[in-house]
Amino acid sequence: MSIFEYNGSALIAMVGKNCFAIASDRRLGVQLQTIATDFQRIYKFHDRLFMGLSGLATDAQTLYQRLVFRHKLYQLREERDMKPETFASLVSALLYEKRFGPYFCQPVIAGLSDENKPFICTMDSIGAKELAKDFVVAGTASESLYGACEAVFKPDMEPEELFETVSQALLSSVDRDCLSGWGGHIYVVTPTEIKERILKGRMD
Amino acid sequence: MGDSQYSFSLTTFSPSGKLVQIEHALTAVGSGQTSLGIKAANGVVIATEKKLPSILVDETSVQKIQILTPNIGVVYSGMGPDFRVLVRKSRKQAEQYHRLYKEPIPVTQLVRETAAVMQEFTQSGGVRPFGVSLLVAGYDDKGPQLYQVDPSGSYFSWKASAMGKNVSNAKTFLEKRYTDDMELDDAVHTAILTLKEGFEGQISGKNIEIGIIGADKKFRVLTSAEIDDYLAEVE
Repeated sequence: MSIFEYNGSALIAMVGKNCFAIASDRRLGVQLQTIATDFQRIYKFHDRLFMGLSGLATDAQTLYQRLVFRHKLYQLREERDMKPETFASLVSALLYEKRFGPYFCQPVIAGLSDENKPFICTMDSIGAKELAKDFVVAGTASESLYGACEAVFKPDMEPEELFETVSQALLSSVDRDCLSGWGGHIYVVTPTEIKERILKGRMD
Repeated sequence: MGDSQYSFSLTTFSPSGKLVQIEHALTAVGSGQTSLGIKAANGVVIATEKKLPSILVDETSVQKIQILTPNIGVVYSGMGPDFRVLVRKSRKQAEQYHRLYKEPIPVTQLVRETAAVMQEFTQSGGVRPFGVSLLVAGYDDKGPQLYQVDPSGSYFSWKASAMGKNVSNAKTFLEKRYTDDMELDDAVHTAILTLKEGFEGQISGKNIEIGIIGADKKFRVLTSAEIDDYLAEVE
């Protein structure tokens, strides 16, 4: 089994009209055994910047801690929040630092730029950025996720419709993957509010 | 290594609580050629005298105002070679920031890091403080900014400031002439008039240097022909 499939994960970020949604599954496993059904994969860095980390859970936690450290210092020094594009460049640089002994994670970054334009991107475990205009996916269920998102995506969806779309894509994809699932955790972010919701799917 | 007399930092405190080397560094700055900066509503201008030791010197080879990033420029009063070292370090810091964040460095951050370098040289063994004060002019998301950095490593944000030989007269002149809603062109005229106040000899595009940055966020040094045009407007 590949090291990226040790814990199991599923992540989506999708762009809507002046909003974005970022969603993950909730399973934490050790190969075939499920050990947690409420595992947090998506982290908030500030009200307009979220990141999900798929892959090996220990690397995901360490990477998250390092990034929080860097972001807090940035906020203190520059007296402002980091822009999503800047944050993505920082994550890419940190991942490449470990080029020959990498973090076994695939991040998914989603945020709102200063002009309230949604920004999403993903990168591989050594920092190759992939900017997308519609959606990005990561995790053990990524193949199913790509198919599901491609099928249901429409540009300029309102937050409520975006929530429905992402939920459907996530739940149907993780149902086809034994290593991810046990419900969903979804954030829908607009310039004025953040809506966090837990989804109940097939609990297996 | 070396004599025990020199194995402590040159910047040890004096009984009166001062760092004597820094005081002397400021004296070196004070006897350097006058330079000044003015922050306008829509840009910043920095200027300096360019008095060359002899008419045989090729004045086109001397450039006292330097660019640090496309939107930040700097001028100095004091020791030229020390200035070159600082410019080199600052440019490297700005590029490192860009490499990490893919974003141009904010003016305050670059000033802070340059000041930190200058402070290091007041607290290390075997080195002396830099004999320059810098005037950093930049335009970023926070608008036009003008900072002065001293040999001690302290930095201040100014609306208008002067350094070097004629500092007290220049500052008095600037205090009288400065208004908050000045446009960049007015600021250039005021800068020229301020330099003219203490200038020995005939002022021309060949013996002063002017750098400006406007709302286009591109710092540039004016050519001597452009300076002559401004001089003609001022006459």
